[in-house]
Amino acid sequence: MRVTVERRLRQPRWLVVAVPIASVVFALAVAALVLLATGHNPLTTYHQLVDAAFLQTGSLGQTLISATPLAFTGLAAAAAFRMKLFNIGAEGQMYMGAITGAAAGLYLGGRGGPSAFVIASMVVAGCVGGVVWALIPGILRAFFKTNEILTSLLLNYVAGYVLTYLIFESESYWRQTKGFNATVFPTGKPLPHSALWPGWTIHAQGGIAVPLGAGFGLLAAVVVWLLYSRTRFGFEAQVLGDSDRAARYAGVRVRRKILSVMALSGAIAGLGGASQVGDFAHALDGDPNGLQKQGFGYSGIVVAALARYNPFAVVLVAFLIGGLQNAGNTLQGATFPAGLVGVIQGIILFSALGGELLIRHRIRIGRRVKGPAPTSPEPAA
Amino acid sequence: MNNSLLIVLIASGVAYGTPLLYAALGELLAERSGVLNLGVEGMMLVGAVMGFWTVQRLHATTGVALVAAIAVAAVAGAMMAAIHAFLVITLRASQIVSGLALTIFAGVYGLSSYLGNNLNLADQPARHSFSAVFPSSMQKWPIVGPIVFGQNVLVYVSWACVVAISLYLSRTRPGLNLRAVGESPAAADTMGINVTAYRYVHTIAGGAFAGIGGATVTLAITPQWVDGITYGAGWIAIALVIFAFWRPELCLVGAYFFGALEALAPQLQARNIQLGPTVLWTSSLPYVMTILVLVVVSSGTARRRLGAPSALGNAYVREER
Repeated sequence: MRVTVERRLRQPRWLVVAVPIASVVFALAVAALVLLATGHNPLTTYHQLVDAAFLQTGSLGQTLISATPLAFTGLAAAAAFRMKLFNIGAEGQMYMGAITGAAAGLYLGGRGGPSAFVIASMVVAGCVGGVVWALIPGILRAFFKTNEILTSLLLNYVAGYVLTYLIFESESYWRQTKGFNATVFPTGKPLPHSALWPGWTIHAQGGIAVPLGAGFGLLAAVVVWLLYSRTRFGFEAQVLGDSDRAARYAGVRVRRKILSVMALSGAIAGLGGASQVGDFAHALDGDPNGLQKQGFGYSGIVVAALARYNPFAVVLVAFLIGGLQNAGNTLQGATFPAGLVGVIQGIILFSALGGELLIRHRIRIGRRVKGPAPTSPEPAA
Repeated sequence: MNNSLLIVLIASGVAYGTPLLYAALGELLAERSGVLNLGVEGMMLVGAVMGFWTVQRLHATTGVALVAAIAVAAVAGAMMAAIHAFLVITLRASQIVSGLALTIFAGVYGLSSYLGNNLNLADQPARHSFSAVFPSSMQKWPIVGPIVFGQNVLVYVSWACVVAISLYLSRTRPGLNLRAVGESPAAADTMGINVTAYRYVHTIAGGAFAGIGGATVTLAITPQWVDGITYGAGWIAIALVIFAFWRPELCLVGAYFFGALEALAPQLQARNIQLGPTVLWTSSLPYVMTILVLVVVSSGTARRRLGAPSALGNAYVREER
């Protein structure tokens, strides 16, 4: 008996769908072992999880609240990872988008502009905040060849400190300074009414609120899809991701491409930050146990990888992982310890990665077939 | 004199730098074999929580409990690294994404937090912790007292590790083989070196070091458990390996420099020194400095990739050469 791994010439379409689904199933099975080993009944836990995520009254609405930011961070990761530009900074770019988005909402909303104008400005401001923060690692990568993984990640911590600083450690423009509560526990200044993002209500499960941000998320998915499948820009970015040298010979302007992809990724993450403010928090949330505790930026990487960087799949996967995240928030307690969500997400990502092997390669068990050995279709570069 | 800011900063730089040093040495071993492991933060946190758990639950004398805790932390870190090793060496997965997966799985939002909550470790002081080994009269000697003799045993062990790893890499046959595997796995394979085995062993050993680094935080620096207690030290350790041009001696220098930066915020606060929005500046300083040093290193000398193993980040598949 021997096991041989050969590269596939063609990747069957069904595998591209089957492997991610199998990854999730496998991950839940492994996580069940973790639960058993730590003295929990996995069946009860999973039952509660599905209930809290999708079935009980109001759960779908709550899941959308977690899924919306995940769609943004997932798209941000997918847009950059496709070019093998590893922007791990969606977390920090989202905080920055929240800060600039909130500033626009507070300032313009306070001056009494029409709601549509205020919201549009918040969207633009959020994108700009994310772009600025993403361009730091982008510029460093493009001009100094500095590893963007480390720089974008370290900036997440800095962005977290800035966010906390604005609400907790200073009397900034974003902080609520009037009223009794403000002296007891620092909070963000509430947005004026015209800066609140509207939503739609679906009349099911006692009313599911669909936030405006979810719409923007879909729009962003369409934009990323169009860019990567229908334009020269996306094509060049993918060539650059596959082979830096080939792209250079073909005349792709590498620096410009790095900057624009980083900016695109940052803009999407920043828009997610503005949506956090406009859709849900209605103020800048600087609490280290609030937005910062959710880790949307990191979960976005799981979403993007499981969706195999396909923008529409990102939206779908964001909804599923959003359900998991929502269940984690609702159930947190003795039977559902904090951290379980990350454990499950980590295992999902591991198995999705292992599954890539199955998509790219064929595994033969048994003796080799007689005849000429199959030649590998593309020798390693 | 021993109370001057400079001396205190150097002394606490050595103490705060020790977790970074352990983690960086581990990452260095893995990277020298050609495996990039971005999961250091996760491995450190799991080591930190398991080490702390051992100390809280094991009924033994301080010495035994602490040695057991370090051993448990090393095993925990090694187990995390084994997952990464299997994925990237055997399954040929992307080293970058697998490392990120390890950080998500084990890190602040994952296993370390799960274990901390499930084992009820939060909000309690450690029952045993590492303290200075030398008598307090020696610690009062000028300059060397606090810096050299005021440290705990983990610091001295880390010095021994630096020497040992340095000699291992430059003076032994397995060390030479390891470097060959990291530089050119195909050539190493032709020489009869088992590339897969070398990569597994060093990636897993790297995880053990990261686990010990994490336990240094919860057993020597801040003897308690808080979710995400390493605050990105794992990432700084990865950057340190780059600054150190993949050389253990330089890891030590870098680790103490960043240790001192970390110590700056509490020291300035203790002395009531205000530098503008102090909290924001000083707490962001280690991260911002890491980025700045990375920029300098990557745009200057390392443009020629000085010291980076050539095969870093690539899976080795014999049939595809």
